[in-house]
Amino acid sequence: MRHSLRETWSGLRRNLAMTIAVIVTTSVSLTLFGFGLLTSQEVDLVKARWYDKIEISVFLCTERTTGGTCEEGKPTTDAQREAIKSALEANPEVQEVFYESKAEAFAEFQRVFKDSPILASRTEEQMQDSFRIKLVNPENYQGVVSEAQGLQGIQNVQDLRGVLDPVFSTLNALKWGTIGMSLLLLLAAALQISTTIRMAAFTRRREIGIMRLVGASNFYILLPFLLESLIAALIGVLIAGGALVATYFLVVDRTARAALPALPWVGPSHILLTVGVIAAVGILLSIIPTLLATRKYLRI
Amino acid sequence: MITFEDVTKFYPGQDRPALRNINLEIAKGEFVFLVGQSGSGKSTFLRLILREYRPSKGTLYVAGKNLSTLNQWKVPALRRQIGTVFQDFRLLPGKTVYENVAFALQVIGKPSKVIRKLVPETLELVGLQGKEQRLNEELSGGEQQRVAIARAFVNRPKILIADEPTGNLDPETSVGIMKLLDRINRSDTTVIMATHDSTIVDQMRRRVLELRQGELVRDQAKGVYGAN
Repeated sequence: MRHSLRETWSGLRRNLAMTIAVIVTTSVSLTLFGFGLLTSQEVDLVKARWYDKIEISVFLCTERTTGGTCEEGKPTTDAQREAIKSALEANPEVQEVFYESKAEAFAEFQRVFKDSPILASRTEEQMQDSFRIKLVNPENYQGVVSEAQGLQGIQNVQDLRGVLDPVFSTLNALKWGTIGMSLLLLLAAALQISTTIRMAAFTRRREIGIMRLVGASNFYILLPFLLESLIAALIGVLIAGGALVATYFLVVDRTARAALPALPWVGPSHILLTVGVIAAVGILLSIIPTLLATRKYLRI
Repeated sequence: MITFEDVTKFYPGQDRPALRNINLEIAKGEFVFLVGQSGSGKSTFLRLILREYRPSKGTLYVAGKNLSTLNQWKVPALRRQIGTVFQDFRLLPGKTVYENVAFALQVIGKPSKVIRKLVPETLELVGLQGKEQRLNEELSGGEQQRVAIARAFVNRPKILIADEPTGNLDPETSVGIMKLLDRINRSDTTVIMATHDSTIVDQMRRRVLELRQGELVRDQAKGVYGAN
């Protein structure tokens, strides 16, 4: 064991430049990969909260509303309300229609902006009754939107998808961009580790030959190389994990959560999961190329 | 100790086998010379015993193990029972005599107490006492081969394989090496030595196996190098 540790240490020192290169590549690629994972979890969180719940909101008229098919100063009548409801329900694209009253809307508003100064800016009277429509196929929202816009007593038809789509496409681009870039870098890191270990094994090929000859086990021969790449990868994981945790506290916890309280944000459990995943990736990233690179020297 | 039963070895992409239908038995404590021209199959013969290759056909038993069916992970245990010496010594540069011999025990996980006992004993056996701290680059060829023999023998193997151990040495030094191998053989170690050195074979008068184009053409007790 002492022999293995000594060999590992001398290997790390001998290849110091390459080891540093491996650590840098590994940490940068794993950090990016972690960002990609966090972005992806954030997108899922936001989607779960907003996107899948509400499809189309049909806001009804009140005394003060203008625009749409509202009559000046008159709220939507009960007859209009019934007509809207049955018209929407008759549409084959519509799966379900919910009715949300002013009071319910205000309660949701209070819940969402609980700790925010925005809370005081509205009263229940300013809220509107609305129909919330769930579609059979959320992609085909245009027909329902234009039908609703033609009905009497409707102030505004809001398709939340239209609002959120650009946000999500930006987030998705960010997610795939970081994951894609990180995969390229991870590939580079794997090749770098494999080259480093191949070089180290070549430098020590005489020792390896003799070890095999006198009956050292493969594990014993492999151990210094495994430890060498594992140590480099683990340092990379530590750096990447530190970067992710720091980003979380500085950007999400301190800034974003306060600025956009309406959105759900990734929390410590997501960070933990992400760090766990990059640690696993980092370990595999070091072990697999090492095993492949030394295979030639260990064939009995 | 070693039994070849109809062993044939083909290398991939070659029509002619490197060894063909070898049948023989080598008993415990025997001293065997393996002779034949280059390419006659001597190296293949030795490498089969070391389980660097498996026989293509037939069965080979070494130290009670059937090498055709021996599990991959048991090969190191087999090799711990076999010491090997080469023409080119294969010592580790930059290490002392002591370190080179101790290396063979360290890498199979022997405790340092055992190493501290066995290494000086073995160095004395091969006649290198007092040179423990010399770097092997400072040694003569004969001395380097003694270090290599010490390394091969330090774990007290049952079998010692020597592939042209005197090939790089002058005749006088070779005699010393042969005396050493003879002493090791007397401690009940089976010695198999491939050689081109006719003088040595003719003087020692031990069992001779001659290979020609992969076939065993002579198996002679107390034999000589060239048959008449």
